[in-house]
Amino acid sequence: MPKWSMVIDLEKCVACQACSIACRFENNTPVVSPELAWEGREMRWNDVFPAPHEESGDYPNTKTHYLTRPCMHCENPPCIKVCPVQATFIDEEGLVRQNYARCIGCRYCTVACPYGVRYFNWFAPEFESPLEQHLNPDKIEGRGDLEGPAVRPKGVVEKCTYCVHRLRKAHARAEAEGRDFRPDEYMPACVQTCTGKARFFGDMNDPDSTVSRLAESDRAFRLLEEVGTHPKTIYLQEGK
Amino acid sequence: MLRISKHDREILLDPLFHAGRKFYLMISVLILIMLWGLIMYVRQFVLGLGTTGMERPAYWGMYMVNFIFFIGISHAGTLISAILRVSNAEWRRPITRIAEAITAFALIVGTLQIIFDLGRPDRILYLFRFGRLQSPLLWDAVSVTAYFLGSLTYLYLPIIPDAALLRDNIPEGAPAWRQRLYKLMALGWRGNRTQWLRLEKMIAVMAVLIIPVAVSVHTVISWILATTVQPGWHSTVFGPYFVVGAIFSGIGALFIAMTAARRSFHLEEYITERQYRNLGYIFITMAAIWFYFTYAEHMTQAAGQLTAEFPVLASKLWGEFSFTFWTMVVIMIMAFIVLVFPLLTPDSWQRSRVFRPRFALANGVVSVLAILALLVPQTQGVTADLLSGLPSPTLRIVAGVFGTVAILSILPWLKSHIIDAMIIASGFVLVGMWLERWNIVVPTMTHPRLMPVGLYTPSLTEWSLFAASTALFIFLFVLFFKLIPAVSVWEVREGRVIDETRDSAQMPLPESSRPPGGLQPAFGDNEPTY
Repeated sequence: MPKWSMVIDLEKCVACQACSIACRFENNTPVVSPELAWEGREMRWNDVFPAPHEESGDYPNTKTHYLTRPCMHCENPPCIKVCPVQATFIDEEGLVRQNYARCIGCRYCTVACPYGVRYFNWFAPEFESPLEQHLNPDKIEGRGDLEGPAVRPKGVVEKCTYCVHRLRKAHARAEAEGRDFRPDEYMPACVQTCTGKARFFGDMNDPDSTVSRLAESDRAFRLLEEVGTHPKTIYLQEGK
Repeated sequence: MLRISKHDREILLDPLFHAGRKFYLMISVLILIMLWGLIMYVRQFVLGLGTTGMERPAYWGMYMVNFIFFIGISHAGTLISAILRVSNAEWRRPITRIAEAITAFALIVGTLQIIFDLGRPDRILYLFRFGRLQSPLLWDAVSVTAYFLGSLTYLYLPIIPDAALLRDNIPEGAPAWRQRLYKLMALGWRGNRTQWLRLEKMIAVMAVLIIPVAVSVHTVISWILATTVQPGWHSTVFGPYFVVGAIFSGIGALFIAMTAARRSFHLEEYITERQYRNLGYIFITMAAIWFYFTYAEHMTQAAGQLTAEFPVLASKLWGEFSFTFWTMVVIMIMAFIVLVFPLLTPDSWQRSRVFRPRFALANGVVSVLAILALLVPQTQGVTADLLSGLPSPTLRIVAGVFGTVAILSILPWLKSHIIDAMIIASGFVLVGMWLERWNIVVPTMTHPRLMPVGLYTPSLTEWSLFAASTALFIFLFVLFFKLIPAVSVWEVREGRVIDETRDSAQMPLPESSRPPGGLQPAFGDNEPTY
């Protein structure tokens, strides 16, 4: 059973936000008006923002450090521990997923997540033309189950899933072709699109995979290690 | 056929069957406010929670504050009344029913806040269908449900004999549905010995059982916050801190409710100054414990200065929450002064011509004006540090001196008007406790670790629903006491018998070890000794 993990090399990241855009189109994240964005209602499953408390240098020669942030897919996720109805859960491959058909919208998970990777649908999502004609048709649907890029109803929480629908598709393809699934067949949209090739994705249980090797680098660190969440999204430090 | 004395009947039972213009006016105003709240809620339900002021990162806001506040109020009742029953405090008799009613209604209104706060209220039953008992929210659902059912039972049990009394003494011309209602509620009560024994046993058992449940309720609410790793919430002191705050605000609500009942039903001879004085002592104790916890909570954060936690504290001490934080501190201190200082005032001050309310008012106005003059330039600055960069030391001295004189000269009035003093203190405490909940929930929300610092301003929807919730609380309270006597008739009657027996008993004075003659006896001659 693979354990999926992502490594982000901050030295290579140019903060172009292509990952954020790729994620938006892959996962049908609703676009909000500038006014609503100003009120803090924008949604970016994969956010790129200046790292807090990380400005260096003296004026005018200051440097801002950017951080790109998908879900950490923690091994000890604070969000799933507080969910009252198991709308968010961690699956056997280590992905922290969100079931839109189950979520009651109490926002306890958004409050509990120290990384702020969870977003709430304050209004019903709207897609202006021509965006509405370019929605990703993929979704994971079952009885009482709605996940992945499926357009969300209002009042539920959503989050980065490491593009879990792509994993499903890769499995289905391997099965159709009558062969075993290989971990390198699957990667999230942000990894695929990354301009600076700063993102790596793979199976942490395989000691020879790229992510396993990079995770052993002395540049490797995890966000907010002090809160004990054990993230599976690992960063490589900048300027070292 | 159960009998009731003419006097009790006139004061306690008859008002239930006459409604004046004031009553209808009050009910209409409350219904209007609730209708407005309903409109705003339907709007929120249709459009989504975006109609509130909540945003990222302030995912929780006023609804959560109100939830904690109303559930806190609910501790007035059952907990206080249960503790007093268990400890056999005789003076509890006339106020237990009001206290227990507060519990039941505050729990209804508090639970409503959670429904307001849900993005998908239509899925509320998933809590039972798919409930995960590992989630603190489920602990809360279980605990609040247990408390609500327990409180309803505990409220209902002492009503049974009174319902039977009403059934047998219902005035001519009362509507038939009320006759049926009392008959149903009386459960065939005839007042025989077996029934009394069973009832007393049930009440005693419930009183003991309800205490741990009540403590668990607000502990679990605090754990909703404390089990997360968010800065400012992850604290072990939260459980007892919340429980103490809940009882504190609950007593405040109880004072206001019992005074309202006392004035509107003319219960002056039932609810006397004795109840105010004794409950006031519990109030003072709670105030002291509350100050202790508040200090402990903030002092550890200030001393630790952790990178994520300290900004939360700083925002309260001199940042954007300094207004709500210092208002809370100041009015809680004012409440403490109003409660404690009159006890320390010498009687001779009441004869003084200087220490009069008018004089105090004049001094207070001067002091407040001086404080306002001090605060005005502060609003332009980035930070609001109260102690540095103030324009004039004279103004500070004026504010201090006149403020002190105002407080000193109001004391004799407070001492002689204990009921008014308690109402003032309760008002302070209720506002202060609401602000305390606000200062706990919102600053942590707007100072997360990895997100930009946010701002949270409640929208009209949230204010409307707050007003409507308060209106609903008062509405339920008013309607309930139009159906059931505000004072437990049988308990008061029982208390009277106990008092009379005590008065007629001759308690021998303790023998004096002093030499006979010359010295006064150690105890007064006429005072009954309990």
